[in-house]
Amino acid sequence: MSTAAVRDGIILRSLARIGHMAIFLAQMLVQCGRVLARPSLVIAQIFNAGGRSLVIIMLSGLFTGMVLALLGFTTLQRFGSTEALGFATALALLKELGPVLTALLFAGRAGTALTSEIGLMRATDQLTAMQMMAVDPMRYVVAPRFLGGLISMPLLTAVYDVIGLFGAYVIGVRMMGVDNGSFWSQMQSSVGLKDLTEGIVKSVVFGFICSLIAVYEGYHADPTAEGVGLATTRTVVASSVLTLLLDYMLTAAFI
Amino acid sequence: MIQQNAAGPLVAGQADPAKAAAVEVIVDVRDVHYSIGGRPIFSGLSLQAMRGQITAVMGPSGTGKTTLLRLMTAQIYADGGVVEVFGQNLADLGSEETFAMRKRMGMLFQNSALLSDIDVFENVAFPLREHTDLPEPLIRNLVLTKLNAVGLRGAAHMMPAELSGGMARRVALARAIVMDPELLIYDEPFVGLDPIALGVIQRLIQQLNQALGITSIIVSHDVNELASIAHRSYLMASGTIVAGGTPRDLAASQLPIVRQFMSGDPDGPAPFHYPAPDLVSQLLGGAP
Repeated sequence: MSTAAVRDGIILRSLARIGHMAIFLAQMLVQCGRVLARPSLVIAQIFNAGGRSLVIIMLSGLFTGMVLALLGFTTLQRFGSTEALGFATALALLKELGPVLTALLFAGRAGTALTSEIGLMRATDQLTAMQMMAVDPMRYVVAPRFLGGLISMPLLTAVYDVIGLFGAYVIGVRMMGVDNGSFWSQMQSSVGLKDLTEGIVKSVVFGFICSLIAVYEGYHADPTAEGVGLATTRTVVASSVLTLLLDYMLTAAFI
Repeated sequence: MIQQNAAGPLVAGQADPAKAAAVEVIVDVRDVHYSIGGRPIFSGLSLQAMRGQITAVMGPSGTGKTTLLRLMTAQIYADGGVVEVFGQNLADLGSEETFAMRKRMGMLFQNSALLSDIDVFENVAFPLREHTDLPEPLIRNLVLTKLNAVGLRGAAHMMPAELSGGMARRVALARAIVMDPELLIYDEPFVGLDPIALGVIQRLIQQLNQALGITSIIVSHDVNELASIAHRSYLMASGTIVAGGTPRDLAASQLPIVRQFMSGDPDGPAPFHYPAPDLVSQLLGGAP
C-alpha cells in the first residue's frame, strides 16, 4: 500500500471518528436539557467526578504552588524584585498551570473512572437492560456524567488555584521571607479580569472536551475486559493531547 | 404432532385452523434472514409465540438464540423477513414507538444485568420511578411485593455485588415483572444455577405464566427444565427452526437433529468439530 493511500486512510478514519463523535454529542446535548430537570442525577456525578478528585487536586495544587514560589523566588532574587513573587505565581497558576494541570489530572482520575464505569456497564449488559426497560442510557447514564464533569472542572480549577496560591504564600512569605504585603498587593494590582477570564474559559473548554471524550469512549468500548482497558487508555491519551493543543490555541487567542 | 410448515421447518400444533386463529400471536417471526460480517446467522427462520403460553427456543450453543432475542426486542434488525411483536412490525417503529413497545415487555438477562451502583430495592423500583408518577409509599409496597414473590424481600437493602448468581437472577426477575408486562423474555435463565436456585427460577416462571397469564419466551439449551414448563418448543440449528411442537412432540421426534439434541450426542447432524482442515495434514504442516 502506498504512503498516499495510508495517509488517505488515516484521514478518512479520523474524519469518520470526528463525525461519529459529533453525532454522539448532538444526541447527548438533546438529553442534557431533560437531565437538568432531574438535578439529583447531575449532583451525584459532580460528587463522583469532582468531589472524589478533590484530594489529588488539592495536593497537586499545593506542591505546584510551592515549586513555583521556590523557583520564582530564586529567579527574582537575581534581579532584586522578590516582591513580584505573588504576581508571578498568580499569573502562572490562574492563566496556565491551574486549568492545564487540573485537566490532565481530571483526565487521569475522573476521566478514566467515567470511561471504565460506562464501559463496564456496557460489558455487563446494564446499558442494554436500561434500553429494554425503555430508559435511554444517554439520558440516565451518559448525559449526567458529561454534565457532572463539565461542571466539576472549573470548580476543581478554582480549588487548584487557591491551594496553589496558598502553597506559594507558605514558601515565599513564610519560608523565604518575602514581604507579606508586597506579595498580596502586587497580585491584587497586577492580575486583571482578563487573566481570570482566560483561566475560566480554558477550564470550561477542557472540562467539555475531557468529559466528552471520557463518556464517548466508555459508551463505545468493546464489551470485553480488553476493550474497556483500551478505551480507558484512549481517554487519557486523547484528553491529554487535546488539552495541550487547545491550551496553545486559547493562549494565542487571549494574547 | 409434528408437521412441515410452509417455510420448511417442522412445526406442530397448527393442524386445526379455527383453533389456531383463536390463539393470539404475540411474537411473529417470519422468514427472517440475518448475517454478521457476511456470515449468515439466520436464513429463513420463522416461529410464533402465543398469548398466555410459554414458548421455548432451544438449540446448541452458537446457533444464534440470543441474537434471535435481540431481533425480537428491536436491539438489532433483520436483513430480510418480518419480526412482529404485539402486531407491530419492529422495522417500522421509531425510537419512541420502540420504547413504548418495550414498556409492555420484560427481559431477564443471562447475567442478570442489575444496575451495580444502586441496591436491590432501587433496582426493582427503577422502571417504576422512570415511567410512573406513583407516590413513594405505593412504589415501596409494589417493590416489596415483587421481591416477596421471588423470596428476596429481606435482601432489599443489599447491593448487587453482594448477591449470589441465583439471587441476582431472582432480583432481575422481580425487576422484569414490576411493570406487569404482557410478555417476558428469558435469556438462558437456568445457566450457572445450583439445583435449588434452578428449581426456584423454574417454578417462578411457571407461576408467573399460570397466575398472571404472562406470555413467556425462554431461550435455553436446558432440555429437561424446559420440557416440564413449556407449552411449545422450537429447536434451532443451522440458522433456522428445524423442529417445533410440544415438548412431548420433540421428545418423540425421530428427526436425527432432534434426536441428537435431546439425547446430547456429541456428533450427528450438528457436528462436534468446527469446520477445519484435516488434522493429520495440519499437524504435519500441510495446512495452515
